[in-house]
Amino acid sequence: MYKYDSYDQAMVDARVAEFRDQVRRRLDGSLAEEQFRPLRLMNGLYLQLHAYMLRVAVPYGTLNSAQMTMLGDIADKYDRGYGHFTTRQNIQYNWIKLEEAPDILADLAKVEMHAIQTSGNCIRNTTSDQYAGAIADEVVDPRPYAELIRQWSTFHPEFSFLPRKFKMAVIASDTDRAAMRLHDIGIQIVRNDAGELGAAFYVGGGMGRTPMIAPCINAFVPIDQMITYSEACLRVYNRHGRRDNKYKARIKILVHELGKDEYTRQVEAEFAHLRTQNIEPPLAELERIKAQFADPPFEIALDETVDRSDPDFAVWLDNNVQVHKAPGYAIVTISLKPVGGIPGDASADQIRLMARLAKRYSFDELRVTHAQNIVLPHVRKADLHAVWQQLDEAGLGTPNLDKIGDIIACPGLDYCSLANARSIPVAQKISERFAGREQEIGELKLKISGCINACGHHHAGHIGILGVDRKGVENYQLLLGGSEGADTSLGTITGPGFNEEGIVDAVEKATSVYLANRQDGERFLDTYRRIGMAPFKDAIYAKDAV
Amino acid sequence: MVETQLRFRDDEPAGDPAVTVDSFGEQTNASAVRIEPGDDARVLLPHLDRIRLVEVNFPVFGDGRGYSAARILREAGYTGELRAVGDVLIDQLAFLRRCGFDSFAPEHPLNAADAEAALARYPEVYSPTVDGRPAIWAKRHGLA
Repeated sequence: MYKYDSYDQAMVDARVAEFRDQVRRRLDGSLAEEQFRPLRLMNGLYLQLHAYMLRVAVPYGTLNSAQMTMLGDIADKYDRGYGHFTTRQNIQYNWIKLEEAPDILADLAKVEMHAIQTSGNCIRNTTSDQYAGAIADEVVDPRPYAELIRQWSTFHPEFSFLPRKFKMAVIASDTDRAAMRLHDIGIQIVRNDAGELGAAFYVGGGMGRTPMIAPCINAFVPIDQMITYSEACLRVYNRHGRRDNKYKARIKILVHELGKDEYTRQVEAEFAHLRTQNIEPPLAELERIKAQFADPPFEIALDETVDRSDPDFAVWLDNNVQVHKAPGYAIVTISLKPVGGIPGDASADQIRLMARLAKRYSFDELRVTHAQNIVLPHVRKADLHAVWQQLDEAGLGTPNLDKIGDIIACPGLDYCSLANARSIPVAQKISERFAGREQEIGELKLKISGCINACGHHHAGHIGILGVDRKGVENYQLLLGGSEGADTSLGTITGPGFNEEGIVDAVEKATSVYLANRQDGERFLDTYRRIGMAPFKDAIYAKDAV
Repeated sequence: MVETQLRFRDDEPAGDPAVTVDSFGEQTNASAVRIEPGDDARVLLPHLDRIRLVEVNFPVFGDGRGYSAARILREAGYTGELRAVGDVLIDQLAFLRRCGFDSFAPEHPLNAADAEAALARYPEVYSPTVDGRPAIWAKRHGLA
């Protein structure tokens, strides 16, 4: 894992001091809220419906146990005893007092953490594959490249007042577990025929009200030019991205309006110029970072057998455990989606328990996933039962990874000042409705957003739900057929929306159509792609209820 | 005209009023020009030898196009005065300096002590720009 040196620590410490000063000026009235707003946003502090919300950055979703423990302690000390893990692999706290926010940042800095650029029209926290360094299908561990981008993008003087927020993801596998093509810039680290590493740039993806899948604008940027190329992509956007309408301000609109070819031409021209400016870190810097992401000392000749005689444990194994690249090890995903729970929420005690388990069983490492779960990346197979038992006792043993209960949901109208509808109660009702049937239904990614901004990734759900406001009443639209990953696609709206009960019924009808039509081994998404929307629509809008 | 509150140059300020980018192209003797957010700074590049002052206007602080405009001018070798005018606030000063601005004429005067503290806040920088400050990576690897 990346370890701060004195430079990194000094930057974070300076940020704490700066924010303390900004809060002081806000509280004494010398900063108006309008002026303070962009400053607090660049520190991840939002003013929500009931209180301030603080979003803490978890770069590329990687945490050690000391950091995780601190996240639990902050939940107790400054919030109401829980935190909410987000789709950007971050954590946010919903009940924060402005005057205490600088102290939280100071506590975070003690464990090499911060809230820098977790909001605002700047380059946000860079996300990555939650299985990085543990999965066999990666070309290399993508996190060193993400860390290089983290440093480059931190306090970037030219790109701190972009037309709109800017999200980057870095992966290094053909299997995309980070929704890479739904980012402003998605980078896939690849190896060419000569064996050299490079970065494939996908630019102009995103969700929101105009979802777009990013086109590849350069399939191989040499790895020692990745930062310069990123800078070129950003400069073209900063200069020419739309600023007249915040709903058309994301880079996806620029790429779409210019066309991929013209945008690419401008980037290449800017890149040719910027290459003369010596802004690229030397490969030695990448090597320095890479050394810190070296494999932990995996034991060899470990026992591969796992005793499956406990049936509950066996179900969890089949759902939440992935194959690890090292023999004798496994990747464990801890579901933060208990039946009827709030997706992504964890109590302070649960957070600290996960930290302890990571320390004892996973080489001191955890990951946050964009699906709002937690990963223990390196667990010995021999320890799986012990890990599961402790998780299960703490309410963290739900065996539903990628099942219908493993819902992504934004905070919605329960917390968010932008929301039009509540997301959490819908997620809870769906999870309760399908409890006990998740295994029968199989893989089904369901995602809920409480407004068109799509923080709940509804466009990319096999089943997506979008909450809207219809004449003052919450109304839920249903989408089918979205997907993230190598087969990224955007969902299609079925038709008229539903009320809160109606949407749960509609989801049930959709799953019934799937179960009645599925062929061997088909997931919901496969069946939908084969038979199309019509049978689903017929069932969902049939006059006589199913 | 708004007063220049902060200036990090020793030469005499240019006396001429700044003209728009459009009229600059027509007035071959103009030595001061004002860039609005939508202007392309690159049209000035052939004329840098006769420019003594470029004002970059920030009608609202959140419109960050002026940062790119400034850096482009400096990258092209412009050494004259580069002045940020308009909605220039304390917490933008350090970013503006890093993009090459060396004078500031904020619409609303800034608290001098706060401005000084803001400019001195960060001991190091992660990214190199045009201000000559070595990036952290350069220091780590003995390149600075």
